[in-house]
Amino acid sequence: MRPAAQRAAGRRADVSFRLLTAFCAVLVIVVMGAIFLELVDNSLLSIRTFGFGFLTSDAWNPGASEFGALSSIYGTLVSTGIAMLIAVPLGLVIAIFLVEVAHPTVSRLVGGAVELLAAIPSIIYGMWGLFVFAGVMQNHVQPALGDTLGFLPLFQGPPMGIGMLTAGIVLAIMVLPFVTAVTRDVLLMVPPVLKESAHGVGSTMWESVRNVSLRYGRRGIIGAVFLGFGRALGETMAVTFVIGNSHRISASLFAAGNTIASSLANEFNEASEPLYLSSLVQLALVLFAITLVFQSVAHVWVGRLQQMETGQR
Amino acid sequence: MQPRGVAGRQFADQAMRVVMIPAALSGIAILAWILWEVMSRGAAALNWSFFTELPSPPGVEGGGLSNAILGTLLMTLLATAIGAPLGLLAGVFLAEFGPKSRIATAVRFTSNLLMGTPSIIIGVFVYALIVLRTGHFSGWAGAVALAILILPVVLRTTEDMLNLVPDELRESGLALGAPRWRVTLWIIFRAAKTGLVTGVLLAVARVSGETAPLLFTALNSFYWPETLSEPTANLTVTIFNYAMSPYADWQQKAWGASFLITIGVLVVAVLARFSLQRRAAKT
Repeated sequence: MRPAAQRAAGRRADVSFRLLTAFCAVLVIVVMGAIFLELVDNSLLSIRTFGFGFLTSDAWNPGASEFGALSSIYGTLVSTGIAMLIAVPLGLVIAIFLVEVAHPTVSRLVGGAVELLAAIPSIIYGMWGLFVFAGVMQNHVQPALGDTLGFLPLFQGPPMGIGMLTAGIVLAIMVLPFVTAVTRDVLLMVPPVLKESAHGVGSTMWESVRNVSLRYGRRGIIGAVFLGFGRALGETMAVTFVIGNSHRISASLFAAGNTIASSLANEFNEASEPLYLSSLVQLALVLFAITLVFQSVAHVWVGRLQQMETGQR
Repeated sequence: MQPRGVAGRQFADQAMRVVMIPAALSGIAILAWILWEVMSRGAAALNWSFFTELPSPPGVEGGGLSNAILGTLLMTLLATAIGAPLGLLAGVFLAEFGPKSRIATAVRFTSNLLMGTPSIIIGVFVYALIVLRTGHFSGWAGAVALAILILPVVLRTTEDMLNLVPDELRESGLALGAPRWRVTLWIIFRAAKTGLVTGVLLAVARVSGETAPLLFTALNSFYWPETLSEPTANLTVTIFNYAMSPYADWQQKAWGASFLITIGVLVVAVLARFSLQRRAAKT
């Protein structure tokens, strides 16, 4: 081939290669759009039947074809809330320990263990939660809580082992590695000069962490918490094993409940009625919308943060 | 802040140090606890027939999960074969062709959202997209659902890894007269090989333990996966079904399957970390 023709062929191949990669990249957006459209399309029946009342009704009665999302939304938010209440402080403390206190070898070992915890699949936590941890909750934790804090409606009722509180704790264990890893990265980014100045004016380790590192990394940590929240909202298998799957809203955390994801996992294949199936798809749509909002806010927040930091330099 | 005495400040510091150690230990302790339960209960369930035989009917002891092991392997391989090339090419677009363009920004943002989308939603989506249209559950649908989970993970790591390749390599390739696609596939990919493989491994590790996207797509089956166009047995859905059953023998099989999945996922995850560290040590 003459050089000119070779160059032309090369250019044509280049254009097609570029188009191919662009196609694959845009595919991500297409998939996301298709998810939204399919969910809306398949929940139309339920949307038409129940309207906005779907979101505010706590009825869930497949026999009478009555469906409402309230108990699932409530359970999703409560179990995720319990998880974050436990995982965020614990993750913060572990991250501070890893960055500021621990010997580098210890830090590497503990850090590695926490990352392995993140790799274990959801269903394994479910198995452990149902067959091991629920027993501990039933025989030790729940009776103890009932004895000491039983005057609160939160901790009343028979200790069954499974239920909202157990689901929240198992979720906390699942989110912990994520919160720890991101917080550790944020703390590692604090310029050493700042920490050294804090120690130079006589601060103790805790004072330098609280007044310098945490303040410097505050926004990044808040972003991490939001991302962790978004993830915990949609966790399915671990929660399905231990939450008890009841569509009743109960004040007690010992009682069984359900989340959107656990209802889908349990009932989707049993739903033979079109309206039942459509209501479940609408539940999925609600979950999709909630996680989208949380993730978008977190990403925009973290993105602005990175821009501000590069702007400063 | 009120001024405090030295003693009070040091007390606060010591108190925090005392709190930290049990907190950090609790992380390790829980990991050890979970692994111990899975290993001890799982190992007790494993025997030769677990790997070689088909499941026994409900309530009948014995049998194995050979069909589920094969089904999980098949669907994971297929999902990787679909998702990884798409993710690699999409990552090439983000890193090599206009990383600052508006499309690239939109793709990056969307792929972050897709990565954070609950996997059960992907399951419902693929159910509506494929299972409803074809009229039956299938291993193909399961593989597609897993591929959608792989795509954003591979895309992300590919972009990061390609960005680490120095521009001089691209320039020298182009200066020799090689077209862009050749430079990318033969030079840049080779330079970033370890990182790209790691990215795919991480995605496979994430996906091979997934249950939720398979519940409404591949479903499960008691039979040998002769074709992927019918419900296909797999380990994770088997764990779910068996664990919820009243039969002690099935529950024990669920522990055996948990053992296999955990070992598989951890081995792949550790491999990926190891190759990343070796790469970091080299550069």
